[in-house]
Amino acid sequence: MVELLRFREDEPVADPALTVDSFSDQSNASAVRLEPGDDARDLLPFLDQLRLVEINFPSFGDGRGYSAARILREAGFDGELRAVGDVLVDQLSYMRRCGFDSFAPEKPFNPAGAQAALSRWPQVYQATGDGRRPIWALRHDAQSNG
Amino acid sequence: MYRYDHYDQAMVDSRVEEFRDQTRRRLEGMLSEDQFKPLRLQNGLYLQLHAYMLRVAIPYGTLSGAQMHALADIAGKYDRGYGHFTTRQNIQYNWIKLDEAPDLLADLARVEMHAIQTSGNCIRNISSDQYAGAIADEIIDPRPYAELLRQWSSFHPEFLALPRKFKIAVIASQTDRAAMKLHDIGIRMVRNDAGEIGAAFYVGGGMGRTPMIAPCIREFVPVDQLITYSEACLRVYNRYGRRDNKYKARIKILVHELGREKYTRQVEEEFAHLLTQGIEPPLAELKRIATFFADPPFETGLADDVDRSDPGFALWLDRNTLPHKQPGYAIAVISLKPVGGIPGDASVEQMHLMADLATRYSFDECRVTHAQNIVLPHVRKADLFAIWQQLEAAGLGAANLDTVEDIIACPGLDYCSLANARSIPVAQKISRRFSDTGKTAELGELKLKISGCINACGHHHAGHIGILGVDRKGTENYQLLLGGSEGDDTSLGKITGPGFDEDGIVDAVERATDVYLARRQEGERFLDTYRRVGIDAFKEAIYG
Ligand code: SF4
Repeated sequence: MVELLRFREDEPVADPALTVDSFSDQSNASAVRLEPGDDARDLLPFLDQLRLVEINFPSFGDGRGYSAARILREAGFDGELRAVGDVLVDQLSYMRRCGFDSFAPEKPFNPAGAQAALSRWPQVYQATGDGRRPIWALRHDAQSNG
Repeated sequence: MYRYDHYDQAMVDSRVEEFRDQTRRRLEGMLSEDQFKPLRLQNGLYLQLHAYMLRVAIPYGTLSGAQMHALADIAGKYDRGYGHFTTRQNIQYNWIKLDEAPDLLADLARVEMHAIQTSGNCIRNISSDQYAGAIADEIIDPRPYAELLRQWSSFHPEFLALPRKFKIAVIASQTDRAAMKLHDIGIRMVRNDAGEIGAAFYVGGGMGRTPMIAPCIREFVPVDQLITYSEACLRVYNRYGRRDNKYKARIKILVHELGREKYTRQVEEEFAHLLTQGIEPPLAELKRIATFFADPPFETGLADDVDRSDPGFALWLDRNTLPHKQPGYAIAVISLKPVGGIPGDASVEQMHLMADLATRYSFDECRVTHAQNIVLPHVRKADLFAIWQQLEAAGLGAANLDTVEDIIACPGLDYCSLANARSIPVAQKISRRFSDTGKTAELGELKLKISGCINACGHHHAGHIGILGVDRKGTENYQLLLGGSEGDDTSLGKITGPGFDEDGIVDAVERATDVYLARRQEGERFLDTYRRVGIDAFKEAIYG
């Protein structure tokens, strides 16, 4: 079973992730944890010092963390973005698309299930900044290349 | 009509395989019902009172003949021989077995259809004007924009766990036939002074227990920023919409609580930021989509006269057809409201017939309306009589479009696990009553809408006459509302007073219509008279 699924080459950060409140008092911390009600944009001034942002999903049905992840990536954050909490295998590919590159689910994944979920979608319809070229781009590439 | 390319097909096929795998894991006990529920909901599968119900998406209500045939086959193979067309231009099947659902979805995928995001807290199927591309008053066909939005909203990774469901409608004429302002986002395509096409955004409308009419938050979004602006609206909602109370979770509550100005400001800030992110498809994509919606090859020089010598046909002609933008053609509406029938239901045979008529007479196209009827959008006037004869023979010839018999009703307590009261028997009794008394034609346009509970799937707030089923000390009870409208002059109905039992509500409706007949002035519809004389005259007659 997989307890930490990671799509990065660098060493995982060992420091515990602080809450947003205690993070703002500790100027040199490198890891922080966002709760659904926290504003991801409060972290934007600190992106250079951050190496890990954990985004907590207390319940899989609360999707605020997806927006938080995209906002951080759109602002140029290139550290580790980890989904923690009630993270289910059926959400993996969507979370990847929003910029998450590691997963520490409360209930560990079955590796085969995780692999199947991640390779499910041949293409994507939207540009989300994850580097995948959306279908509309592929269509018009194909046309201009004859 | 839009046709899938290999990309669209691969997405839908992958979804079928994903759901097959999820269903297997559920049946093997690897997924709990709690975990499975949001997955099946995003594939249109609800657990209802007696069985699973599956809702199939009909994007902007448009179907080909082959697709309508496939929907008929599904009704025969997986259901008990019926399909139920809904107020969101979709179709539902009420008797589905979980283990057969993946096969059903595979059958749909074969005709470029799916049930993706027809339920759950995500962006739902996009609805539109049922007369798009056929009616003279539109400035442009709204469906290419709806299709662009369909692709953008399908599997949008950021918006699959919204606070609540999210409904979008796109129209492109001054006359609103899609209840656009009662959607989470209503989009009206408009032309600005420079002659450019753009989109006016109305955000935060809805029905349910707190009905609201959407305010306009931006008069003109350029077409090459349509997706970006929509994404900004959704992101603000996903981040700030209430999640503490499911009855306050729709975007209408957010817009209401923040106020239009503040919500708009947040959207504009997010929009400015997203414009830098390159998320908008190129105009070439919109152009590619639009080619699928080009006019069919209409014949020219056709005559406009129709032989009216058959009185039954003449009645249907007057009631159920509309002028087409092309001379010699008409828009024909097939009423799924036979007197005493179940609103929106069609049998396997009826669906096959409608499919054949679409193929033979309407350039292989038909539409589902939010009033639960079927449209043949492009019919030669010379063919109308033959069409009517075939409809009559199949029990589809009811000449009652937009009359008191053309009732919108939700499934209610006969099927729905949330219902307080039955809707269908009330609709049946009302249509019988007016058919028996022969007042239907005299009453003219009268929109009557019934919901079996406060969730308002039957749009009772927007009916000229609305009926709401409530639970009163364990018995079914019906409240009467008057004065709602979903058109250009959108308004919400007002409750007249204490509720009624099933027979009482039928009497009350009849008494309300008698007030109209007694007090109307030249040219007034029921709604106009109501607005002029006020609710008291009606109350007096109803409760007397
Ligand atoms: S209005 Fe209520 S009873 Fe009717 S379908 Fe919706 S939830 Fe069910």
